[in-house]
Amino acid sequence: MAAPASAYKDRQFLAVIGDEDSVTGLLLAGIGHVTSPPDSQKNFLVVDSKTENAAIEEAFNRFTTERKDIGILLINQHIAERIRHRVDTYTAAFPALLEIPSKDHPYDPEKDSVLRRVRRLFGE
Amino acid sequence: MSGAGNREAVFPTRQSLGLMKSKLKGAQTGHDLLKRKSEALTKRIDEAKRKMGRVMQIAAFSLAEVTYAVGGDIGYQVQESAKSARFRVRTKQENVSGVFLPAFESYTTDGNNDFGLTGLGKGGQQVQRCRETYARAVETLVELASLQTAFVILDEVIKVVNRRDINSELDELDREEFFRLKKVQNKKQRDTAAQDAEMRVKREAAEKAEAASGATSSDKENESGTGDILGESEDADVIF
Repeated sequence: MAAPASAYKDRQFLAVIGDEDSVTGLLLAGIGHVTSPPDSQKNFLVVDSKTENAAIEEAFNRFTTERKDIGILLINQHIAERIRHRVDTYTAAFPALLEIPSKDHPYDPEKDSVLRRVRRLFGE
Repeated sequence: MSGAGNREAVFPTRQSLGLMKSKLKGAQTGHDLLKRKSEALTKRIDEAKRKMGRVMQIAAFSLAEVTYAVGGDIGYQVQESAKSARFRVRTKQENVSGVFLPAFESYTTDGNNDFGLTGLGKGGQQVQRCRETYARAVETLVELASLQTAFVILDEVIKVVNRRDINSELDELDREEFFRLKKVQNKKQRDTAAQDAEMRVKREAAEKAEAASGATSSDKENESGTGDILGESEDADVIF
């Protein structure tokens, strides 16, 4: 079972949903990309305590289903926690969803959707 | 032995005992193999995730250094000046025993630098170091993403294979059961047909014998009372 080439051929960007520090750092590494106008879309979303959950979900949908040029979606774990039901039900291979730690929230392997899937699969 | 409800329906014969024994052995071998594989895979993913934790911590620290050196928040400036991705990924396929696993490979495009002005006034060195740290961190993340995607796809494949195997096994069992039932039905039909034929023959014989005995009884009635029964059975034998 091979995924068709069209499923990943054009996926060359990383996207990030995270707090300001994480986004800034990742942008400094050079992953930031804004598509050409008129419909210029950013591939990052800065989330703070004032951001609505609906806005996070919308960005999540945009990065995972609408845009076809994103290979990896990075999301801060504490933000993934806020839309946990969406993250847990996301099972597609592309784009790869990766939960990353943030400065204020150390990484907790117990919450990671993929690691939980690993455990569930092997019945631990 | 808790679940009497989900016990497999087995016909208690010596043959099916052997069949079940070999099935159990196969299942145990498969389970052991999967378990070993899973342990290796889980360990690798776990290690990668831990590494990611460390790397991201170091990166966050270097960003704090930048904030300190520049003397203010550079977040807004960075977000505004991001235009074109320098750091991109390429997807390629690896063939692992018949299953195509995609792998991400990171590469940087040369020539565009969105952050040429960041830290120009002061803290340029820190910014440079921070960028390098984060670039390394992202490389780790890309590595981890490859691993994870491989796992997700393998998971799918394993599920599909399992389902297929189980389905074909069930079909096989169904066919066997159906065949068995058909055989039983055939045999029963044959038996009833034979019985019917036998009954019909018997009845006809009885009728004929009756008719014959009716004819002879008038002749032999004078001779003896018991000869009647004897004569009847003899007649029936002759017709058979």
